[in-house]
Amino acid sequence: MTKNPKLVLPEIENYHSYSVYTANGGYNAARKALKQTQDEVINEVKASGLRGRGGACFPTGLKWSFMPKVSEKPKYLAINGDESEPGSFKDRQIFEFNPHGLIEGALIAGYAMGIKAAYIYIRGEYHKWVNCMQDAVDEAYAAGVVGEKMKATFGIDFAMDIYVHKGAGAYICGEETSLMNSMEGDRAYPRFKPPFPAQVGLWGCPTTVNNVETIATVPAIFNVGASEYAKLGAQGHAGTLLYGVSGHVNRPGVYELETGILLTDLIQDVCGGVKNNKRIKAIIPGGSSMPPLRGDEIEGIKMDEESLKKLGTHIGTAGVMVMDEDTDIVKVTLRIAHFYHHESCGQCTPCREGCGWMEKVLKRINKGDGTSQDLDLLLSVCDNIEGNTICALGDAAAWPIRGFILKFRDEFEAKVKKNRSFQALNVVHGRRESAKTLVFEN
Amino acid sequence: MEIKFNESELAEVQMHIDKYPIKKSAIMPVLWMAQKKFGYISKEVMMFVGELLDLPYSHVYGVATFYTMYFKKPMGRHHVQVCTNVSCMLLKGDELFDSVSQRLGIKHNECDAEGKFSLEEVECMGACGGAPLLVINEDFYENVDIDKVNSILDSLN
Ligand SMILES: Cc1cc2nc3c(=O)[nH]c(=O)nc-3n(C[C@H](O)[C@H](O)[C@H](O)COP(=O)(O)O)c2cc1C
Ligand code: SF4
Ligand code: FES
Repeated sequence: MTKNPKLVLPEIENYHSYSVYTANGGYNAARKALKQTQDEVINEVKASGLRGRGGACFPTGLKWSFMPKVSEKPKYLAINGDESEPGSFKDRQIFEFNPHGLIEGALIAGYAMGIKAAYIYIRGEYHKWVNCMQDAVDEAYAAGVVGEKMKATFGIDFAMDIYVHKGAGAYICGEETSLMNSMEGDRAYPRFKPPFPAQVGLWGCPTTVNNVETIATVPAIFNVGASEYAKLGAQGHAGTLLYGVSGHVNRPGVYELETGILLTDLIQDVCGGVKNNKRIKAIIPGGSSMPPLRGDEIEGIKMDEESLKKLGTHIGTAGVMVMDEDTDIVKVTLRIAHFYHHESCGQCTPCREGCGWMEKVLKRINKGDGTSQDLDLLLSVCDNIEGNTICALGDAAAWPIRGFILKFRDEFEAKVKKNRSFQALNVVHGRRESAKTLVFEN
Repeated sequence: MEIKFNESELAEVQMHIDKYPIKKSAIMPVLWMAQKKFGYISKEVMMFVGELLDLPYSHVYGVATFYTMYFKKPMGRHHVQVCTNVSCMLLKGDELFDSVSQRLGIKHNECDAEGKFSLEEVECMGACGGAPLLVINEDFYENVDIDKVNSILDSLN
């Protein structure tokens, strides 16, 4: 295979239309897969090494194998296109340029797990892309590759429906259990796990949740073969990724490239380098929830989960945010804190209160009213949130804030007052009526 | 305006209900339909949606207020949204928001007196590669600057 094949976003004009898609081999992967047994399909996906593209990198074939083989209740597939993680804008490309790839992947996944219906959850802000996806689903129904007619088309006793569901503006709906509550018609509060979705998911039925890119990658596995696919990219994290690069680069955008490429190559060769030839101060490698990297540590870093994990961060959604030397790190951290505070659903105290306090304290630091104890206060709030909440939004807030403070403490120190501001400290504690008078040591 | 759907809209409601195993699950698409028709989700609209789907008002209220995109008050004909999240902020999205706010004379989540413009400072819209980003109603304008935004706003009536 050529280097960096375009498997998920082929560069073919009008590929979004059913006729162009099929003229270029579209739905052949489904034809192939639907002739195999369900276990063979799952094993093929396992062998490909595909890992989820929604942020957590969970092995996809393994996830599919968690679904009960026999179930009295119907089984569902929820395809996660909430895509609200700041810095991520890749799934949108699939809705616009390869919606049939997503449908075909859904058919294969659905067949492998015996799914009754797949729901594609698309964030509300993507009005246009919801329409792109709905048009493609309508086309697929008309062509007889989805729904009851697919039995005749593929010559098998299996039929599945696909529906598009439009969100209405809430980052938390990307969390898989929140997504299920949202789709069921309740407030989108994340649920406790266990029970896991494969046991109790949508409408109380076994459900698998996968990211849009994950599902859109599945046809490629059957087209090129699992063993060929597994050879692509980095060991332990095979395949191609849709890297979404934004911030201070000359050519931001979504690029499909193999996993494990050098971060510096991605920025220099693919994205045309940093704007105005500036130096890089910081990079967030995989969407705003991931701990940042310093500009002086990116040399030689490879963009795959295993490599990034060693550096204390993650590939996440592969949304790479590049910040040049003039970037105000405190302001960026404050903006991130504001985001998580705004998006916390409010169920867990550590997340609801912690995110609020982190934003308040960072605001104070940004204004120049903070003290150096505030930095330790922030770190302790991060520690108190992480691991103590129902869903991972809490962790997603703590990681980048802790990361920025630990890696750029000098920038924060430069903004805080050298002398302790008693007044500022008292503002915090004064809010609690029961607060004891503070005693300061020198 | 009378809070009522006509026959074809009721057929659309039924189509949404049919997509899900239970009626309640049609609440989001029906709220979208209601917002399109009535402009925003007032208390009357919530009660109406509740009647359509056999849900108590309190449930509809809970769902409608959970999401930022269901308007709980009248908004302008042109709902102007500027993203100030990190990727946009790095390319001066925050300054853009301030200048739009100044030009329109309204702040975040406000609507002008004529009901022409409303303004919202939005979180990441999933268009970070095209930062800074302006969205008007459902249309995305990527890679904008203050001049471009001004000429887009000039062209609206
Ligand atoms: C706060 C939060 C937001 C999330 N947002 C998304 C999202 O927008 N899209 C997505 O695919 N996964 C998102 N996830 C991850 C999902 O919970 C889930 O792991 C993923 O959809 C599984 O798909 P995958 O195995 O194909 O990666 C989010 C998780 C959390 C905790
Ligand atoms: S961690 Fe935050 S977002 Fe997640 S359930 Fe708890 S309060 Fe809600
Ligand atoms: S940060 Fe503005 S669109 Fe993503």
